[in-house]
Amino acid sequence: MMRKLNQKPKPIADATAAGPEKASGPLLKVEDVVLYFTATQGVVRAVEGVSFELAHGQSLAIVGESGCGKTSLARAILRLLPRNVATYEGRIFLNGTDIMKFSDERFRRDVRWVKISMVSQAAMNSLNPVIKLGQQVAEPLLLDNRTDKKEAFERARQVFRIVGIPLAFLDRYAFELSGGMRQRAIIAMALIANPILVILDEPTSALDVLTQANIMNALKKIKQELRLNFIFITHDIATSSELADEVICMYAGQLVEHSTADRFYRDPLHPYAQKLMASVPTLRVYKKPEFITGQPPSLLNPPEGCRFADRCTKRFERCREEPPLFVHGDGTVKCWLYERG
Amino acid sequence: MCTEMARSSVGYMSEAREMENNILLSVKGLQTWFELKRWGFLHAGFVRGVDGISFELGKGEAVTVVGESGSGKTTLLRTILGLARPTAGKITFNGRRIEGQHASDLAWLRSQVGFVQQDPYGALAPFMTVDRILREPLIVHKMNEEEQEQRITEAMDEVRLIPVKDFLSKYPHMLSGGQQQRLVIARAIILHPSMIVADEPVSMLDASVRVEILELMRKIQQAHNLGVVYVTHDLSSVRYFSERVFIMYAAKMVEKTTVREVVQSPLHPYTQALLKAIPDPEPENAGRFRDIPIGEPPSLINPPEGCRFHPRCPHVIKGLCDADMPPEFEPAPDHFVECWLYQ
Amino acid sequence: MQNWLVRLKGLRRYPTLVAGLLFITFFIGLSIYAVTAIPYDEAIRLWRGGPGVWEDTPRNAGPVWFDFFTEGRTPRTIVIRSGDTGTITEEAVGDGMKLAEIVLPFQYDYDGFPAELRLYSEAQYQGSREPATVSWQTPDGRTIILQEDRKLKTVDTYYISQDQELRMQLSGMAPQKGLFVSPDDTENLLKGDYQLVLTTQVPETAELEAKLVVYGQLYGLAGTDHRGRDLMIALLWGAPIGLMFGVLAAVGAEISTFVLAAIGTWLGGKVDRLFQWLTQVNLVIPLLPLLILVGHFYSRSIWTMLGMVIALNIFSATYLTFRAMFLQAKEAPYIEAAQAYGVGNFRMIFRYLMPRIAPTLLPQFVLIIPLFVFLEATLAVLGLGDPTLPTWGKVIYDAVDEGALYNGHYYWLVEPAVLLMLMGVGFALIGYSLDRVFNPRLRTL
Repeated sequence: MMRKLNQKPKPIADATAAGPEKASGPLLKVEDVVLYFTATQGVVRAVEGVSFELAHGQSLAIVGESGCGKTSLARAILRLLPRNVATYEGRIFLNGTDIMKFSDERFRRDVRWVKISMVSQAAMNSLNPVIKLGQQVAEPLLLDNRTDKKEAFERARQVFRIVGIPLAFLDRYAFELSGGMRQRAIIAMALIANPILVILDEPTSALDVLTQANIMNALKKIKQELRLNFIFITHDIATSSELADEVICMYAGQLVEHSTADRFYRDPLHPYAQKLMASVPTLRVYKKPEFITGQPPSLLNPPEGCRFADRCTKRFERCREEPPLFVHGDGTVKCWLYERG
Repeated sequence: MCTEMARSSVGYMSEAREMENNILLSVKGLQTWFELKRWGFLHAGFVRGVDGISFELGKGEAVTVVGESGSGKTTLLRTILGLARPTAGKITFNGRRIEGQHASDLAWLRSQVGFVQQDPYGALAPFMTVDRILREPLIVHKMNEEEQEQRITEAMDEVRLIPVKDFLSKYPHMLSGGQQQRLVIARAIILHPSMIVADEPVSMLDASVRVEILELMRKIQQAHNLGVVYVTHDLSSVRYFSERVFIMYAAKMVEKTTVREVVQSPLHPYTQALLKAIPDPEPENAGRFRDIPIGEPPSLINPPEGCRFHPRCPHVIKGLCDADMPPEFEPAPDHFVECWLYQ
Repeated sequence: MQNWLVRLKGLRRYPTLVAGLLFITFFIGLSIYAVTAIPYDEAIRLWRGGPGVWEDTPRNAGPVWFDFFTEGRTPRTIVIRSGDTGTITEEAVGDGMKLAEIVLPFQYDYDGFPAELRLYSEAQYQGSREPATVSWQTPDGRTIILQEDRKLKTVDTYYISQDQELRMQLSGMAPQKGLFVSPDDTENLLKGDYQLVLTTQVPETAELEAKLVVYGQLYGLAGTDHRGRDLMIALLWGAPIGLMFGVLAAVGAEISTFVLAAIGTWLGGKVDRLFQWLTQVNLVIPLLPLLILVGHFYSRSIWTMLGMVIALNIFSATYLTFRAMFLQAKEAPYIEAAQAYGVGNFRMIFRYLMPRIAPTLLPQFVLIIPLFVFLEATLAVLGLGDPTLPTWGKVIYDAVDEGALYNGHYYWLVEPAVLLMLMGVGFALIGYSLDRVFNPRLRTL
């Protein structure tokens, strides 16, 4: 019933824009990224000093519950910021270059969609209803005269094949397609400029189970054939395991654990991650799911010390102080329990 | 956990059983179709929301209806609640008929069935306080002040929204998602109904809160011996909540059995596909493709001929499945399937 | 309730709202002042006129603060009454008659000529009238006979400045100029003490009174109109009347529309279609021509107009706006839940649907008030205003009718126009910022 992926994916000629730089260093290095918003009640500390690295060829899942800052982190990486930003700092190295230092115009021209693209939550409902699909998907290439029309449409045909949409749909309008097809079109739009990193923010949460699984299959195929790196953001732990080589768990705007998939899904380190895994009902294995009492803290006035402390069953004295990110085995964890490494 | 509420499920379809007061809800060949009108008056077909469904719910029994969007599960719920009129078939609640009645004649049903909706914030009037939200059903059913006070306190207590006084003057937006859903549950039980109907009650809540709410609902169900129809698309949560499960596809019920059976030996190809499609959180998932049928659920306006799943079915029998609608078979005790494979 | 308090605090962040509120508070203050300082009956009396009401005020006089901008002192009105600063001397002459002499002195030291001169007199007695003599004494000692044998009526007005014979007597100069200059120096005004003397023979029992009014060129804070009415009366009273009309019309129309939209949208089916049809028909009917017809053939009373305006605005375009909002609100899950626990139609409309949309009612309502205020003014300008009420529209109508701009009386037209504009601006500022407060999606604008 289940086929295994090739361990060594076959290289494709024009797969990624990354060239010789690829060999050295991580693909993405995020260092102390901070993102705060101003709201009527005060300052919302959406992303608080997140740091991690992502190596080439690895896909990363970012999991956490609503309000933990995962979508804000994605927006921080892609610099898709609303008007009420209070603080936006940190360093983001893409293949060794700090893209935080780019001007907005340079970022728009050289990074956004060209190197990093994004598939948003329920983006399939934001397709332009009066433009044909082919035109819409080709649009990122037609901006700034990146390519000529002929080449753009040829590329559109290519990506439609990759994501599994029949070519006839190039001439259709968005409303003629089902939800699953539309989401594939969105993924095609994200792939068309040959990015090296694609961020997927809840790409399938609005879809049916079977459609969701079909799209995950398509994404796995794309990952294998194009050697793309994915960052997959979701609150659905089970679905995140479909595409993840590594997992980051976020809580109250902070990164609390970054482990390999093997580690995270079997035996996570951080108490919150442990509780989170325990709360997921499983179909095949019988276990009684647990829940976590209380609620996440407000991002307007986060508590001193470890933000998970008052819901944590393993808290102790030290937790009154905010723990740093400790290295533990293959990953990192933000918890005093791992002080000795 | 499953043993406490084990009930014998043999011989559901007999008239005699219906006469016994063990059956809470009885549905036979239910059809709820909506007429489509073009330009306001021209007939343009029907939307077949529910197209020939039969099942029974015993008193105090919990049943999960699994279906994706477009399967007709919401229409089924609305029909049970008396909010949508059945166009054919029979549906009785506690022995009284629901089909063929005008909305005004169904007043008795309103206090008998509680409704828990998917969106906890949307289900609460944003301009009403918690107190008012709970009081409304009581006012509508003409209870006196004293009784109102008592019931409100009781309900809040039961859903653990305590201390009660602290919550009564709050507005919905001041509560967390979990608290909002508790309030919705409190409102659903405040009229002391004998059945609860829940439409994806936890799908809009965070993962860590879902279990809490499901457990609360289970506890309430057991404490008051309530019948529960729980509709969801999330098969994984089924086993923690009910004993029996019904699988819906394109307005029909394609499989009806116990939770254990459905996980261990699913019979209908659609059920099998569902099980294959749902991941458990395991690192191996990233390395394997899932063997599931492609395509989308059919439109309810123009469903395919014969078995509705046949265009996507890996075991389709040409000439049979695409021509005739399969009847219900019982290949194993208390395990019903609508599929020609089990003829 | 707390909801609203938080919202109100948020208002501080909207300077336009504060500005608008200041404007409207000003107008409300003006209205309160108008109603208390010049009570309604008094205002109507002053506006409608009647015997003697407009005597003491000059016609077409500008506001007194014009003096700021001109050199010298512009003349104000001087009123000399016989019972007051004037004197009456009576001398019996036998046959039951007496010779009465009324002397009306005044001091004139303005730098301009008066606008008009009038002599009002009352001679209460029966019988035939003896001729009276009216004479004028200048500061440089000359006496000019204005009239020698004027037959005084019981109530008499002698329009001195319109006396053509007197004009000829004064070498063609208008009396209000000619009586105030020396024959040698006809350009410069002669300042000093003047006197008007009225002598006549009357029966002893007669009661005689006289009043000389030397009309100035400026009067009051706002000037006067062609009848000598103090414009301040209309400017002050225009505020409460305009506000009342606007608010009542807005309330009557908006609230009815709101309720009907809720009912129509909820009940759906035939009722909804009927209401929509009524709206569409109503949209085609032109409001102003219809009001003109009614005003012409039936009544121009402000209450009739108000009633018609409300009636014709119930099924307006606003109905469709509200309907769209209610259609959306109807889909909310809590409505479905309420149906499930048995809420009936009436309760659903009034307790579940309407409170949801009511917050947006407020900005709509505020934005509509100036429209009705302008409508009332428009009707007045077209000559359909309530003839008895002092409103801004009426002032504009009079001004246009009497050629105010042509004759240089700019203030007459500008004052009411500016007030109308300010009121409109005030409401607009409030309305648009309230819109942003209550409709969060507009906040980023």
